[in-house]
Amino acid sequence: MSALKQYIDLYNEHRELVERHAPEALNALRPAALAALEGARLPRKGEEDYEAIDMEAIFAPDYGVNVTRLDYAIDPAESFRCDVPSLSTCLFHTYNDVPHISAVSRRNLGEVVVETLAEAATNRPDLLKQHLGRLARLDDPTVALNTLLAQDGLLVYVPDGVTAPKPIQLLNILSAAHPMMVVRRLLVVAGENAHVRILGCDHTQGSGTAVLNLQVVEVVAGKHSSVDFYELEESGNDTSRVSSIYVEQHEGSSVLVDGITLMNGITRNNYCVEVVGEHASTELLGMTIASGKQHVDTRSFVSHNAPRCTSNQMFKYVLAEEAVGAFAGKVLIKEGCERVEAYQGNRNLCASPEARMYTKPQLEIYTDDVKASHGTTIGQLDEDALFYMRTRGVNVDDARRLLMQAFMSDVIDGVRLDVLRDRLHYLVGKRFDGTLAACTGCAICGK
Amino acid sequence: MLEIKDLCASVEGKEILKGVNLTVRPGEVHAIMGPNGSGKSTLSAVLTGNPAYMVTGGSVQFYGKDLLALSPEDRAHEGLFLSFQYPVEIPGVSMVNFMKVAVNEKRKYLGLKELSASEFLKLMREKRAVVELDNKLASRAVNEGFSGGEKKRNEIFQMAMLEPRLSILDETDSGLDIDALRVVASGVNKLKSQDNATIVITHYQRLLDYIKPDFVHILYKGRIVMSAGPELALELEEKGYDWIKQNND
Repeated sequence: MSALKQYIDLYNEHRELVERHAPEALNALRPAALAALEGARLPRKGEEDYEAIDMEAIFAPDYGVNVTRLDYAIDPAESFRCDVPSLSTCLFHTYNDVPHISAVSRRNLGEVVVETLAEAATNRPDLLKQHLGRLARLDDPTVALNTLLAQDGLLVYVPDGVTAPKPIQLLNILSAAHPMMVVRRLLVVAGENAHVRILGCDHTQGSGTAVLNLQVVEVVAGKHSSVDFYELEESGNDTSRVSSIYVEQHEGSSVLVDGITLMNGITRNNYCVEVVGEHASTELLGMTIASGKQHVDTRSFVSHNAPRCTSNQMFKYVLAEEAVGAFAGKVLIKEGCERVEAYQGNRNLCASPEARMYTKPQLEIYTDDVKASHGTTIGQLDEDALFYMRTRGVNVDDARRLLMQAFMSDVIDGVRLDVLRDRLHYLVGKRFDGTLAACTGCAICGK
Repeated sequence: MLEIKDLCASVEGKEILKGVNLTVRPGEVHAIMGPNGSGKSTLSAVLTGNPAYMVTGGSVQFYGKDLLALSPEDRAHEGLFLSFQYPVEIPGVSMVNFMKVAVNEKRKYLGLKELSASEFLKLMREKRAVVELDNKLASRAVNEGFSGGEKKRNEIFQMAMLEPRLSILDETDSGLDIDALRVVASGVNKLKSQDNATIVITHYQRLLDYIKPDFVHILYKGRIVMSAGPELALELEEKGYDWIKQNND
């Protein structure tokens, strides 16, 4: 039986339950998702853009799905203490795929709306109808599967002209007693001239149980809006993550998406950015540190549909031990997109002879008057620099650590959230000297 | 302090040093001169433990310890310092961070307490003055975007920070204009004491006008072929390396 079929069967069997525990806005998307899954199959390792990862194998285990929306009878805010004195965010917990919103979280939101999709279905049905599921592409079977099974999720809505007073932190806690597929959904809508910064943190609580985190995120950046979306994965070896982030950028908007993987099992991050308005700017950054048998796989696609825009991508990997990384990136500049500037970079450091990196940069350009470039490097630590540091008395392990940390410093410095940036420098240091435990608490408060 | 006996070394299978003998005592300044390719830089690389070079024979004692058995970092902790001919740029590693790790690891090795942040910054300030190194440079990444002169100045600054017992200055004068040369040389002279020693590796007499050697050695084809007082450098300057070549080929 193909991995997909077991979940389709599960849906067909429990369709009534799935729909009863979900808002109409999500139920309305299911028929199309089901149709898309008809005859679909998950990519196997070696297929284009899946050179190093086997999606079929990732979905093959018999994961349970919490279709009856059993409450975990745990207050995540209690079980997972994360006070963020310095970052001072509006903090929202999602326990597996069940959002828990308390009044405290909403206190400093101002005019920004953060609500569950179930709440949003009642409070602003038109907004959901307009945007939910519009950007996500059902021709990716993992996205179709998410759409088929998602029963709730979060909406972050920043109305026209509103600037979020504080960063919004979405703390996602993954924890299961039995192997489980978490079906998570997030919709971000920033209106005209709206400004928001969002930080998503993934943590796995406990270990030993396989969790598959299947996420779909849609981000609509309205005219002249700015959206910064950071994601920090600090999960565990038993966690698989398949995430697809879709971004639509309108005129003059500025979007930064930064995916940071510090600890994980197997991760596939898909980024898809459609730039539809002029003078928009896109920053797509990624930072991966992997060791052991960890695997981090990135697919980025930036599509320029309008002139006079800029996009800049930089993904950096440090791979130690037997870690495997992959990057497949494509920039598409369609006809009539004069003066677009698009850059794509992927720089990788293999810190051990066993570490493997697969990379495939691509540019596809149909307009003459553009500037575009891509560059990829895979290297080892600079022996000259290592020796230089050792002659000053820096021992070889510290020298290696300093060099690996240095390699990441420019992507860390690209973080536009001061406290997160400082925190990342600290965490990356800890990650490299091996003292970052798989899950010691939220990275931001970092115990 | 340093006793080199019959030192032979090769790089990529090619024998460069073919039996070098040299003794250095505290308080002394030795100059090693020689034409290109004679093995001057190989000698400094071997002494500091560059893994690209292989020692094929001989011994080196440093304060009674077998220097060749120590890792590069332990050689540094024991008080050996090399001012690089081509200092390496290390983007992303700040000078402050680099020096803090270096100084504290040495202190740990010597059984001393690590410096506090404020003690360390005070030390940086003091030592920066020795070579008139701009604070801006000290807060940047190691050698990144430094001019040639700034890099060499930065080498001497690091030397001041680490207070080595034996410093090897490998072509410290190359790429320096007269003013920078004067600053660098005066820095070296300020750091000189009865307890430490310096080996100056150079092509030219010029640097020796500023850093006065007690002994001058001429390295040619992997051997020291002539040793004398400072007057040898002047003679060499006058007669050129052909004089050496004629006598030794």
